[in-house]
Amino acid sequence: MGGKLFRNFSFFSATLSFFLLVGIFAILFTYAQESMHTFGFDFLYTEIWEPGEDDEGGIFGGYIPIMGTLMSTLIAMILATPLAMGIAIFLTEIAPGQIVKPFSIAIELLAAIPSIIYGMWGLFYFAPIVQLLFGGNGVGLLTAGIVLAIMVIPFMAAITRDSMNTTPDVLKESAYAIGATKFEVIKDVIMPYSKGGIIGSIILSLGRALGETMAVAFLIGSVMTVPKVITDPTTSIPVLLANNFAEAQDLEISSMYYLALILFVVSFTVIALAKFYFFGRKKH
Amino acid sequence: MANSELKKVMEVKDLFFTYPGAPEPTLKGNNLPIYENKITALIGPSGCGKSTLLRAMNRIHDLYPGLTYKGKIDLRNQETGKMENILDLKKENELINLRQRVGMIFQKPTPFPMSIYDNVAYGLKLQGIKNKGELDGLVEEALKGAAIWKETKDRLKDSAMGMSGGQQQRLCIARSVALKPEVLLFDEPTSALDPISTGAIEELISEIKKDITVAIVTHNMQQASRLSDFTTFMYLGDIIEFDETEKIFLNPSQKMTEDYITGRFG
Ligand SMILES: Nc1ncnc2c1ncn2[C@@H]1O[C@H](COP(=O)(O)OP(=O)(O)O)[C@@H](O)[C@H]1O
Ligand SMILES: [Mg+2]
Repeated sequence: MGGKLFRNFSFFSATLSFFLLVGIFAILFTYAQESMHTFGFDFLYTEIWEPGEDDEGGIFGGYIPIMGTLMSTLIAMILATPLAMGIAIFLTEIAPGQIVKPFSIAIELLAAIPSIIYGMWGLFYFAPIVQLLFGGNGVGLLTAGIVLAIMVIPFMAAITRDSMNTTPDVLKESAYAIGATKFEVIKDVIMPYSKGGIIGSIILSLGRALGETMAVAFLIGSVMTVPKVITDPTTSIPVLLANNFAEAQDLEISSMYYLALILFVVSFTVIALAKFYFFGRKKH
Repeated sequence: MANSELKKVMEVKDLFFTYPGAPEPTLKGNNLPIYENKITALIGPSGCGKSTLLRAMNRIHDLYPGLTYKGKIDLRNQETGKMENILDLKKENELINLRQRVGMIFQKPTPFPMSIYDNVAYGLKLQGIKNKGELDGLVEEALKGAAIWKETKDRLKDSAMGMSGGQQQRLCIARSVALKPEVLLFDEPTSALDPISTGAIEELISEIKKDITVAIVTHNMQQASRLSDFTTFMYLGDIIEFDETEKIFLNPSQKMTEDYITGRFG
């Protein structure tokens, strides 16, 4: 009886989340129609974002925010992946027992800090350092990318550590028993064994970095220009949406839905890939 | 015992072993000879220390910090014929070398997440063999030696994870045999397998003993009596009795051994 109720309830929730997903997609798609009809695929490589006179018409192109999103995410992933792997390996295989616990807790706490705090810290403390080291004026792609990396590292490291921890001890012992060194066991047994989880953690982090708004809003500069060097300011999709939504009219609103739709599709694809890998891992 | 022609490959002498944080030693002064090209079985009730003793013999215990050994475990140096105490080894590369000489097979099959070929070639590559032709030859030899060449020769590139449990266990044996160890330690290698696979593994173990000395922990009295030349009975961290298998099973000198093998406890 209770079992049946529970089954029905979970079926209901599962269906609901599916309909929510479809519903959101449908709404984005509908509201984006006007812009899609006006600009078509040119939207993807138009660098202009200009409302017309007295809020009628205008030209809107997504090239700059799309590139800003992709570039800042790319920088973040390039920096975060090796560091997160290093932390996870350190925590599972190298660190002595006593320090694993406090270290792990610290990582999990870092992962839970609200992103706006990373944004403020990044702006007031970190941007001047980037300016000092790499030039530019502090805010820009590079600063946003680095702070995004710092944000996703704890998350990525925690998931990677968890999946590395699923490697059975006897499997590691078997490798040691035929004469492998610690490094060889990590490289040839632990990494391949937890490959699914590791790739999953990278892709989930990628999804987070793509959609991050608050931290990036503080750090990327929020200007509608194509960056010439990596330290130049630019903007990203979530930042542009957050900054412009209040004042925008008709076609601009529709163009923002278009941007949102693009972000939605990219993030959805990324998460779907992650799920696929997590699922694939369960097979053996 | 008329064992004048028997040669010791290993000898555990007065061994005490304590797990990290344990109040008292798990092994309490064990003495055990391991004779060359013989199979020595370790029997005794669960928790008596069989695995602990076996895992001391290639120092796999040392992967985890904080344990203490007291006493000696001698291993014969093939070149000089002298016995050398493996508890004196300290450096990582000395322990690696030891584990290539004294291999280990575990209760559950532990294929690596790679192809069948790579599973066997892996240890060889670690030993520094790089030549493809040489590797091919050694892999084939090892798979033949572990009696799974016929089943695997057409799917060497397939993942080892897709094999049956029994095949995986023979693959693990092949992987160890490939390194031509002097001693192979088996910790209940058939307890997770069906009777037919168990039969195949037992046959394989009797086969490899002409090249490799074997020590095997088993729960299965029939297996110990069928397979082994010597048997040692352990109880609560002590070695109660060690003798030729026939003697242990037909005419043990200790009352406790008799009680155990006749199934009165354990
Ligand atoms: N890692 C460990 N840490 C502490 N005690 C252990 C550990 N492994 C085994 N023991 C203890 O050592 C004793 C012997 O265990 P074990 O050698 O596994 O027995 P057997 O293989 O004969 O069943 C048991 O009492 C067990 O609880
Ligand atoms: Mg055991």
